[in-house]
Amino acid sequence: MATASPIDPAFLDQDGNPLFHLDHEPHHPEGSSTALGFWIYLMSDCLIFACLFATYGVLGGNYAAGPGPRDLFDLPLVALNTAMLLFSSITYGFAMLAMEKNRAGATQGWLAITGLFGLAFLSIELYEFSHLIHEGATPMRSGFLSAFFTLVGTHGLHVTFGCIWLVTLMVQIARKGLIPANQRRLMCLSMFWHFLDVVWIGVFTFVYLMGMLR
Amino acid sequence: MSAHDQGHHDMHGHHEDGQDHGSFGSYMIGFILSVILTAIPFWLVMTGYFASPQTTAIVILGFAIVQIVVHMIYFLHMNTRSQGGWSMMALIFTLILVVITLSGSMWVMYHLNTNMMPGMTHDMSQMP
Repeated sequence: MATASPIDPAFLDQDGNPLFHLDHEPHHPEGSSTALGFWIYLMSDCLIFACLFATYGVLGGNYAAGPGPRDLFDLPLVALNTAMLLFSSITYGFAMLAMEKNRAGATQGWLAITGLFGLAFLSIELYEFSHLIHEGATPMRSGFLSAFFTLVGTHGLHVTFGCIWLVTLMVQIARKGLIPANQRRLMCLSMFWHFLDVVWIGVFTFVYLMGMLR
Repeated sequence: MSAHDQGHHDMHGHHEDGQDHGSFGSYMIGFILSVILTAIPFWLVMTGYFASPQTTAIVILGFAIVQIVVHMIYFLHMNTRSQGGWSMMALIFTLILVVITLSGSMWVMYHLNTNMMPGMTHDMSQMP
């Protein structure tokens, strides 16, 4: 009867009867649950963005007789920004592939390129923000602009911290090499970085492209 | 911990977690699909391909959802096996909350806006 689905010996006592609690914690290699824990953090971050998207969805039409998306947004600039983030995603992927092959130098190189694309993204976004503020479209101007700056600014802040984290990891790899702990950290940053790209898909579709349709 | 032990754990953890790190091919497929799925919505909006903004909005939302799925599969390596399925459970739970937050907020606030229109005030003045 039990031959069809053998029970893990960890769940049986000495006489072969099933245990309903474990005698001792089964051994987990160090850091084996980090990926799941970090994933759950990302999901909670996702909820923050969901709230900000909902706020933008509600307030996005309240211009207070001020400028609207059509007057403010520059789609070619947004397309360039999107390209920067997309390129940074694929170069991070190459960094992970180099890490798999245990090539520290190549990993560092791809990480550096990823960081440059991240900085390019931030520079373009800051240029856009300063341009808007210069035109008088400050976060205080209308509900639409408050929601816009909060949503896009929060995403930009995440990318900023991602860049800081990336530089930290490059220093760590330079000092200690591709040890298992560093590989784990690189994997977490990989999830973080690709997750930010996923959020950006929502931003450029919901805020910029649909803003131009209003 | 001996070198052998270390190597054993690494290989073990690799298969047990179902952690998939992807390959050059899968990253390139994801990248090319993302470029296409980004370029088409921008092109639709910039050229005004559809006369009706509503049609454009629905189509670009569709492209965004497809691109998010592409990123999840090819860049975040999501599958039903990773971490014994718990990653997927967390994702599904989060998606349910996101849908409730977004659609609920928009729905409630849309009706609030409609009911607070100046045209509605005369009803209130007839209240006892």
